[in-house]
Amino acid sequence: MLKINDINVYYGNIHALKGVSLDINAGEIVTLIGANGAGKSTLLKTISGLLKPKTGEILFENEHVAGKVPQLIVKRGISQVPEGRRVFANMSVEENLELGAFLRKDKKGIQEDFDKVFQLFPRLLERRKQQSGTLSGGEQQMLAMGRALMARPRLLLLDEPSMGLAPLLVKTIFRIIEEINQTGTTILLVEQNANMALSIANRAYVIETGKIVASGTAAELGQSDQIRKAYLGGH
Amino acid sequence: MAKTLKNAKGFWGTIVIVIVLSVVIQFLINGGTLNSFYVNTLFSIGINIILAVSLHLIIGITGQFSIGHAGFLAVGAYVSAIFTMKLAMPFPVAIVAAGLAAAVAGLIIGIPTLRLRGDYLAIATLGFGEIVRIAFLNIDYVGGASGMTVSHLITWPILVACVIITIVVIVNFTNSTHGRACLAIRENEIAADAMGINTTFYKVMAFAIGAFFAGVAGALHAHNFYIIQPVNFGFLKSFDILILVVLGGLGSMSGSVIAAILLTIISTFLSSYPEVRMVIYSLVLIVMMLFRPQGLMGTKEITAFFKAGRTAKGGMQDDKHTVA
Repeated sequence: MLKINDINVYYGNIHALKGVSLDINAGEIVTLIGANGAGKSTLLKTISGLLKPKTGEILFENEHVAGKVPQLIVKRGISQVPEGRRVFANMSVEENLELGAFLRKDKKGIQEDFDKVFQLFPRLLERRKQQSGTLSGGEQQMLAMGRALMARPRLLLLDEPSMGLAPLLVKTIFRIIEEINQTGTTILLVEQNANMALSIANRAYVIETGKIVASGTAAELGQSDQIRKAYLGGH
Repeated sequence: MAKTLKNAKGFWGTIVIVIVLSVVIQFLINGGTLNSFYVNTLFSIGINIILAVSLHLIIGITGQFSIGHAGFLAVGAYVSAIFTMKLAMPFPVAIVAAGLAAAVAGLIIGIPTLRLRGDYLAIATLGFGEIVRIAFLNIDYVGGASGMTVSHLITWPILVACVIITIVVIVNFTNSTHGRACLAIRENEIAADAMGINTTFYKVMAFAIGAFFAGVAGALHAHNFYIIQPVNFGFLKSFDILILVVLGGLGSMSGSVIAAILLTIISTFLSSYPEVRMVIYSLVLIVMMLFRPQGLMGTKEITAFFKAGRTAKGGMQDDKHTVA
């Protein structure tokens, strides 16, 4: 579904992604794990068009999308839940969701997706008129995910959904990610919480200082001693 | 849905009241009940409302901190003056030309600078305002430093029409999909980008529309004050407009309107005491910001008060008298 071939991304002089390649098949949950500053968010931003790669190609459903503007990429079917949630704080929950469907014109489809999102996150239904800046961190994460789903993506990019959330909420969020995946949305999940990420993912990539250093099924990586030492806090 | 309809009713109700009031004022002007001092104050109020509302779209709605608004005002003033005084065109044509010229200036300055954020954008727009002023200072065709004399062509109906058109256009823009996009940019530009909103496009659009109405205000300004000089369009003028928007409450259009009315009245009456005028004016601003940092209206609109109760309604409408 998504195929990234040898991309190089720079912030000015800083070489942030060094020849990264990655594959995602339709229907999978793929997770990208790595430490702070390894290049996880950079990779997501490059896929969603917020950053442009200097070299390399990104193919989404066999079409080149590298360097395209974000609105084209959202239209093609990739939407992103940005790191740190970034809800529109002075707008209501409902208005936030409406903006998620900004590029869509099909009123009926949008209404259906409203219902779907509210079914997935009953909390948001309870608070649909509330200003989203007054929601709790977990609710804001749900809203950010709901907002991204309103674009009806085929590929959903999640940037550290567990960030700053209590362990119980993290569990809830990950259960919902699995539910979203079961409805047919492919997911690329960027996480520092490697244990949680590997527990729901089919496959995983490990990124270190801008390079992919390991990849495999989630089970394989979870067993690997090296990975356990570096990311899972195991022995 | 019902809520928007109710708000719209309140909004159009206000417009009708304003029109009725302005007809009454026209009769008072014709009958000589209002002397020229009051008429002049009313003209200043109208012009300041247009300026405040046009800057409100850029700062309050789209969240782009621009402090070069006097530049657009100057472009409008000079272009309209050239149209009426040099080319002998009718005043309404000059107003439209002034708006268009300012909008073009808005595009020219907006396309490169709106990539900048926050402080950087503020400095760039400040620079733009100064460039415009210096340019007019050095063009002999428009009189250089001594400026241009302009006929007093402004009339009450033209002013009211411009104010109402400005407000109606900007309110409708704000409530449209485009306005939503602009609000999203104000709230969080990165998230807006990620939602597929073309942030540069909407920023430039808001900037050009704001500039258009600032140009219209410039035309009215030029044909009200008999003379225009580059010195009137310095960055202090930009700050005067900025103060209206901030004082009214960032994001509230009715706040900008009310602030424009109140501050124009305050500064007009203080002009009898030139020694202490700026001191008192500044004190008013400081006290205001200490006790109501969110501005007069916060982010609320006046239509919110229509539903709140009759007392609030009566109170607010007193302010509205002076809109007209």
